[in-house]
Amino acid sequence: MGDDKVYVDVTARFTKDGRLIPVNMIWKDGHVYEIQKVTDVRRAASLKAGGVGLRYTCLIDGRTSHIFYEDNNLWFVESR
Amino acid sequence: MKERVILHSDINCCYASIELLHHPELRGKPVAVGGDPEARHGIVLTADYIAKKKGVKTGMALWQARQVCPDIVFVPPRMDLYLRFSRMAHEIYAEYTDRQEPYGIDESWLDVTDSVSIKGDGYRIAQEISNRMKSELGITVSIGVSFNKIFAKLGSDYKKPDAITTMYKDEFRTKAWPLPASDLLYVGRSTENKLRKIGINTIGELALCDERILNDQVGKMGSILWAFANGYDDSPVKVENTSAPIKSIGNSTTTPRDLETDDDVKVVMYVLAESVAARLRENGFRCRTVEISLRDKDLYSFIRQKKVKNATNITSEIAEAGYELYKQYYRLPENCNVRDAAISGKYLENFYMKPLRSIGIRGADLVNDNYWEQLDLFTSPEFREKRMKADVAVDSIRKRFGFFSVQRGMMLGDTILSAVNAQEHTIHPHGYFG
Repeated sequence: MGDDKVYVDVTARFTKDGRLIPVNMIWKDGHVYEIQKVTDVRRAASLKAGGVGLRYTCLIDGRTSHIFYEDNNLWFVESR
Repeated sequence: MKERVILHSDINCCYASIELLHHPELRGKPVAVGGDPEARHGIVLTADYIAKKKGVKTGMALWQARQVCPDIVFVPPRMDLYLRFSRMAHEIYAEYTDRQEPYGIDESWLDVTDSVSIKGDGYRIAQEISNRMKSELGITVSIGVSFNKIFAKLGSDYKKPDAITTMYKDEFRTKAWPLPASDLLYVGRSTENKLRKIGINTIGELALCDERILNDQVGKMGSILWAFANGYDDSPVKVENTSAPIKSIGNSTTTPRDLETDDDVKVVMYVLAESVAARLRENGFRCRTVEISLRDKDLYSFIRQKKVKNATNITSEIAEAGYELYKQYYRLPENCNVRDAAISGKYLENFYMKPLRSIGIRGADLVNDNYWEQLDLFTSPEFREKRMKADVAVDSIRKRFGFFSVQRGMMLGDTILSAVNAQEHTIHPHGYFG
């Protein structure tokens, strides 16, 4: 596995219509990042990190980031 | 009849692409999937394009591959991951047509005739599928667009990787006919030689040849190949969804010591059957044929198979069928006596067979969960249902607490044999007429 793939702890909530929305994630240094908004959800591959899953396009600290939910039930992000 | 629009989609270097996606650090290096690099055995299942360019071919032994390409990286195969990707690819295809016929794990025919009015022509659908495979799965496909299955397949082989090739009615004479005859489905090495003898080297020459001459040369396949080459193939893309995308799931092992008694064989047979049946269940398949392979300590080996009464993924049914086959076709020394040998007119040492070194068991003729069948008066469906439920319960216990958390009693009789590694497995793709 390359260094570009970082598994993270994520707090998520289920909406009443069954969707899964991440609320915040904890980066490897322990810093908690609030997810301000999810702008897009689709299945996508991450060539950089190496993996496939549901890709959440999120607004974090005013910047757009991708969080992936793999089908082994783990969350990962592409490190910069 | 309206002209059909058939796509054939082929995932480029399927196993290698999926591994490369998951190992970004290997990109740009020659990579081959296959064997177990630690235990110096095994063959190349798929090589990526860099390795292929250096001469690595599917089916080479790992040491041969290393000879032609010294810096090659070997990755052990993860068949379950590839099956998962195959399923995800089918989900994408399913958004364009309900008529898709898998051909092996990485290829599919799609009949998109009825989607053309909504989505645009075949080429545009192919483009959309290709883009989605790239963005959603991170792998590339080659797609052939044509009016029949044979030319669609030819189109997907025409240009690789990541390409779309059309083979429409007004194009196949210029695009397909100059290709060597061996590119055609079902022209193998021996047919190719026969054709060359009568001066046929290309698909075009095959198409223009007299059908009767072909029949004389290559038998009844002559007419079929002639029709293929002329674009007369009208075989439908099968809608039936009871066939599994793969042909069989099997498992084999070379045991830590030679097997000398029936009990030894039984233990190993059950260990292997457990993993075969568990994988059948995991992928939603059932098998209708059980096949065993036996190899004695002098490396003489053979295969026997039988049909089972009902399609099954029950561990004990598969193991029992395997054991029955073994009893029917193999005699270990402990089961022989002088009298039997005398009756057969052979010396005792020629009569019995040698201790076994390796055993394999395989579930073949697979169907999926949609398959229905006639119930049998003499087997109890309730009993089978119970066994099925027991297996599912065992699966979930093992998933949560590990493989050895629950075991059959007989496994405790010989802990060395029952601990054999039952991980290696092989999956075979389908044939065209199957």
